[in-house]
Formats: sequence, structure tokens, C-alpha cells
Amino acid sequence: MASPRNIARLATRLASRRTPVPSTSTLRAPIKAKTTMFVRNGSTLPPRSTRFAEATETHLNALKSISSSTLSTLDSTASADELKTYNDDWMNKYHGKSQIVVKPKTTEEVSQIMKYCYENDLAVVPQGGNTGLVGGSNPVHDEIILNLSNLNQIRSFDEVSGVLVADGGVILETADHYLAEKGFIFPLDLGAKGSCHIGGNVSTNAGGLRLLRYGSLHGTVLGLEVVLPDGTIWNGLSGLRKDNTGFDLKQLFIGSEGTIGIITAISILCPRRPSAMNVAVFSLDSYEAVQKVFAEAKGHLGEILSAFEFFDKQSYALVKKHQEENGGERKVFETEGDFYCLIETGGSNAEHDEAKLTGLLEHLMENEMVLDGVLAQDSTQFQSLWSLRELVPESAGKAGSVYKYDVSVPVGKMYGLVEKMRAKLREGGILEGDGQKDGPIRAVAGYGHMGDGNLHINIVANKYTDEVEKIIEPYIYEIVAENEGSISAEHGLGVMKAPYIGYSKNDTSIDLMKKVKTLFDPKGLLNPYKYIV
Amino acid sequence: MRPTLPRLVNILVPVKRSIDYAVKIRVASDGKGVDTNVKHSMNPFDEIAVEEAIRLREKKSVAVDSITAISIGPAKAVDTIRTALAMGADAGIHVVTPENAIVEPIAVASALKKVIEDKKIDLVIMGKQAIDDDSGSTGGILAGKLGWSQGSFASKLELKEGGQVDITREIDGGLEQISSKLPVIVTTDLRLNEPRYASLPNIMKAKKKKIETIKPEDLGLDLTPRLETISVSEPPKRQGGGKVESVDELVSKMKEAGVI
Repeated sequence: MASPRNIARLATRLASRRTPVPSTSTLRAPIKAKTTMFVRNGSTLPPRSTRFAEATETHLNALKSISSSTLSTLDSTASADELKTYNDDWMNKYHGKSQIVVKPKTTEEVSQIMKYCYENDLAVVPQGGNTGLVGGSNPVHDEIILNLSNLNQIRSFDEVSGVLVADGGVILETADHYLAEKGFIFPLDLGAKGSCHIGGNVSTNAGGLRLLRYGSLHGTVLGLEVVLPDGTIWNGLSGLRKDNTGFDLKQLFIGSEGTIGIITAISILCPRRPSAMNVAVFSLDSYEAVQKVFAEAKGHLGEILSAFEFFDKQSYALVKKHQEENGGERKVFETEGDFYCLIETGGSNAEHDEAKLTGLLEHLMENEMVLDGVLAQDSTQFQSLWSLRELVPESAGKAGSVYKYDVSVPVGKMYGLVEKMRAKLREGGILEGDGQKDGPIRAVAGYGHMGDGNLHINIVANKYTDEVEKIIEPYIYEIVAENEGSISAEHGLGVMKAPYIGYSKNDTSIDLMKKVKTLFDPKGLLNPYKYIV
Repeated sequence: MRPTLPRLVNILVPVKRSIDYAVKIRVASDGKGVDTNVKHSMNPFDEIAVEEAIRLREKKSVAVDSITAISIGPAKAVDTIRTALAMGADAGIHVVTPENAIVEPIAVASALKKVIEDKKIDLVIMGKQAIDDDSGSTGGILAGKLGWSQGSFASKLELKEGGQVDITREIDGGLEQISSKLPVIVTTDLRLNEPRYASLPNIMKAKKKKIETIKPEDLGLDLTPRLETISVSEPPKRQGGGKVESVDELVSKMKEAGVI
């Protein structure tokens, strides 16, 4: 007989929960007209620098004597195919040509490896779970890959303060399961949680679904242990919440994408796990209405508001089509709208939360601020309602070739960007509909994390072409800059967006960043060709 | 059996408040039950039953006069009834039992029988089982007590003029089609339908719908359990696996274990 598990078959196929890092910059970025190079498909990459030595068998033997877990094609301990896992990214977009992968088991080993590489001018790319989207964790050329997956021990957990100290190579989900057993939660959650490392999360300042509630890693990370490019171990693993003694050095490493040091351990403040969670989804008639509901939700729900997401009707149409094709469609709304938003609550008292949520719902209905809405009645519905939002990227992917942009902009201006993009494509005569029956662009979908000011624009085309790309870029970066936004909200710069940093940061910022890089890594050996170029 | 065929059908949907399907069940410290201090929701099979009742009304092949949701359970079971009302049931009945009382299927069936007779019910649609105790016997006991026909494990239900009920049942190796006349007990299987979400307007409306409260004594119910739970235990824990470095090591380990 069928089990109730089947009910949730669609709900469990959740697409990735990727959430953003809020824009940390309020600087007005000057618009830079020049586009230095185009690196989307890894086709145009910076040339290999002659400053770096080429790895030899002598180097390999030295590294092997430090860490027994070393794989290389130089002495046939691994085939080129085996190294592909480390050389290529998961989207198969970036392809490194490294011949050596070192997988140290201790911080001491990491330190000795870096010391050796520093003395011998060997470039190194630190690698965690290799789940990035911008090619930040793969070698561009032949950099030695320093993979941290063997550095995977939980060091300590204090049940009173909620401070977890763990190695950088611990998988996010493993850490969260460990905490769940104790009634705590890791203050970060994202789609790649089954593979990504917490050290990598901190290095890239991953945003995650829980950002609205628990804030960014800049706030939750209390301390770090970092191996510097010359092998020095910096122990900054403080468990202190207040520490006003000098520069807050750890902040420099959070989001530095492995360019100034390798995070070998983190100390992070973990909140209690909410015991009661609920979710509601609304249909609305305008983006203004979404903003009003956001303001009301914050007012009514206060501390229990844990996520506020929005998606437009184009996104919802993609999801519905995808669900229909998979036989999992289910009527959600009596009245559909041009916009949709999802509210999640998480608290410690189900009755208290429900009273608050009901208060909000009544208010929204009475004042006709929403067209329609649904409230999950059980955990299965909780997941299937979330999937309406989470299936958007997957559904867009099924509909065609997707140009994905991930930007931060002030909440009020967020949707204007999507409309501008649509107008631009319409102007170019390539948007389907509007008399253009067979335009190469099928849909422009806008969705994202309202709570964090993070917008995703997915442009679904029938195939990737240069003409289409030229219409989209650099226009999209220009409108982001005009709206005081950031061209990278959650994905980071890596190799993909490094050339475009000028759209979000002014010359003084970039100059300071370069100085920081040189201060920590004078030889430029760590994660070269990326981040700031 | 009712002597005349009803022109308007009255439907009763029993709904149970059970531990949420997604909750990880833990054995209680006394080893005689499970930890119930967790999220509870409507039994998924009952949700399907509520949905089917509403669909019968929407299909209009036969006029449905009323859909009543009933729950026999502690004070909090009223939330489960509200969910049924928010989905579209018209009224609720709550037979309030003491907190932590174990109500066995036979007691539930006795309570339902009384209410069915009192409310002139023609059709009962209920879950084939509750996911907490998995007894799966209430529907059968109720049909026996009333002397009604029953269509269990229904994956399709059609109500026709003249009180004819066509039921497709999921059985081993295929589907069985049966036909009966009202009154009938139908127990639902998973493929019958996919329940709707409770919409906000309906949640608001549900607040104004009536829920009648009945004491077990008023139904002359005896809740004394006939069964004694001796012990409840968790399935054996899975032993963690180990990693091997090479194929040779794997082969030698398999030989050691005697599997090759």
C-alpha cells in the first residue's frame, strides 16, 4: 500500500534554497563603461602568470611528506579524470588544469603546505565543497588545489552560550544535524548544504535562507582560525561576543573568497532551534502591495518573521508549467495575481505564533491588501508551499537556457530593474509576446529575498547567443549601479564577476582592497586571477 | 438501513489529530508510548477524506446538503476540526476526551455511530487509517456496528442519482470496482485526491462556523481501554559504515564479512 510519503513527493524535490548576502556597500559607484573581458563560460580567462612556479615531482614529494592525502597526475597516484572532480565546478562551467590536490587533515598540515608553497612560489586555490557559482573554488590554470574536506571535526559546543567551534571542512548539514540534536540551529541554511563546507560559507560570506532572521555571518561568526599565505597560523578563535581590542581582523576574512587566508576553523554563535514554524503565501496585484505587506508583516510578526520572499507571475507560470509536466500541479489560489509573496514564521510557542500570524492575515484580508492567500496546515503543506518559491530556478532551467543575475538593490527599487530589463529586451525586439511571436527570449522572471533586498533576474532564452548577451550585458550592471545596488549579492565575485567590480565599488574601495590583498599575500599566491584583478 | 433514499446527501468526515507526518517519532521515556510534545496535524488520510467530500459537493452530480467534520480527541483536536472547516466543511462536532486518554477504534466507532444516527448521515468518508497508531480498523468496525456497506481503500469515488455509489478500491495487483447504495462508509487511500490548501478567505470564514461540543458521557461512551500497551521500542539503529581506500581493501572486507 502507498505510504503517506507519496503525498510529499513533489514537496521533497525542493530546489535550492539560495539566499543572498545583503549589499554591504552604500557607496555610490561610478558607472564604468569599459568591460575588460568576458568570462561567463570561462572562454576568456586571464593568462597564466609567469610569477608562479610550475609544479614538479620534487614539489609533489615535499607536499606528500607533509600530507599523506595527496593526489597527483605527476606520479600517477590519480588519473586526470579523478582530478576533474577538483578541477571542474559542479556546473561544468570552469575547468582548471591542476596536477596536484592536497587534502590536509590538520591545521598544522595546512600551515606547512602553505609555508612550502610560499617559499617555492607555488600558487594555491583553497577549496571547500566546490559548490560555488562563480568559479571561485577551482584553479584557473595549474594552481595547487588545497581541499579542506579532511579537516572535518567538530571541536566543541557550549550549550549555555550556543557557541560552536568546528573545523572549516565540516559540511554545513552535518553541523546543523549535530546542533539539531541539542536543540540549536546553524544560523545559515542554503541549497548546497549537503556538500558545502562551513569554512567555505564563511570565506564567501554565504547569505542563506536564515539571513533575515539571524543576520549575516559578519554578525554570527565570533572568531576564526586562519592559515595565512606564508603558513602563519592566526588563532582568532575567540568565543567572545564583545571584543573591542583593536581591528576586528576576522571580518576581513569573511567574504574574502580565500584570497588572503585559508579558514581552518570557525567559532559561531548558534541560536535555539525554533520549535514552531509556519508559512503563508499570498497573491497580490502590484509590487507596491508586496512592499506594504512586507511592512505589515514586520510590524505584526516582529521577532518570529523568519523569511519574506517574493516572485512575480512570470516565475509562478514557470513553476506551474514545470509542475504540470511532472504531474504534481495543485491549484493554490482562487485568485491569481501579478505578484506573490511568501512569509515564514519561526518561534518557540505555536499558539503565540499562530495568534500573531492570524492577526496579520485578518488585517491583510480586511484591508484588501492581498488578493488571495493560503496558509500551510501541516508540515507537508509547509514544504509544498515553500516549493512554489524554491522551484523557480529549477523551472526556469527546464524552460530554456537561463541568463542568471543575482543582485542587491534597495527594496523599493528592486522590481523596477526587472521591468527595465524587460523593456530593454522588448526594445531590442527579442522578447516573446508583444507581437514578437518567436523571439529568442521566452520569459524574464524576477524573484528573490525581499527581506534581504536580493533580487534574482532569470532571463529564459531558447539558447545562449552573443546577440542576446550583448543586449543584456553590461546594461544590467549599469542599471544596478544606477540604483545604488551591488552586482553580486550572494554568489561572490570569483572569476566570473571579478572584471565587473567597478560597477559596485568606487576606485578608493578597490584601491584599499588591493592594498589589503598585498598586505596579507605579497606574492599573490592565494587564489590568483580572481576577486580583485 | 434507511427506508427511503435521501434527496440531499449528508456527509460526515471523521478527522483525527495525529502527530505531524514529518515529525521524527521518539519513544517516550517510560517506554510505553511516544513523545507527543511535538507538532500535530490532521491525519493525512483524513485530509483526503475532507477533500473528497468537498469535491463531491462541487461536482454537483448529487446535491450535498451538509459536510460535518467530527473529531474525538483532547481539547486541541478543535484545531483539526478548524482545518477541515477552513478547507470547506460546513460544521464541526468535537467529542472532547480527557488529555492523554487513549481512545481505541471501538470507542471511536461507538461515538461515531451515535452521532450518525442522531444527525441522519448518509455517507461517511474517513481515512483508511491514522498514521499514529496504524490500526486501520475504525471504518470496518463502524460499518459492522451500523450494518452499512463499506468501500475501503478507495482511490475513486462517484456518487450517482438514486443514491448509487461507485467505488474503485486499491487492492493487491490492481483495482477493484464495486457499487453500492447509500448509506455507505468509504475509507480513503492516497490516490483518491490531493487535498487543497486552506485559503485565507476560507480560514476567516471557518472562524464563524459552528463547532458543537459533546461530552463522551452524553453519548454513553465507555473509554476504558481494552488493550494494554506493554512496550514501545525504536527500530534497531543503523550501524555506521566505513570508508575503504581501495578496491582491494573492499574485496578483502567483503570476504571477511562472508558476502562473497
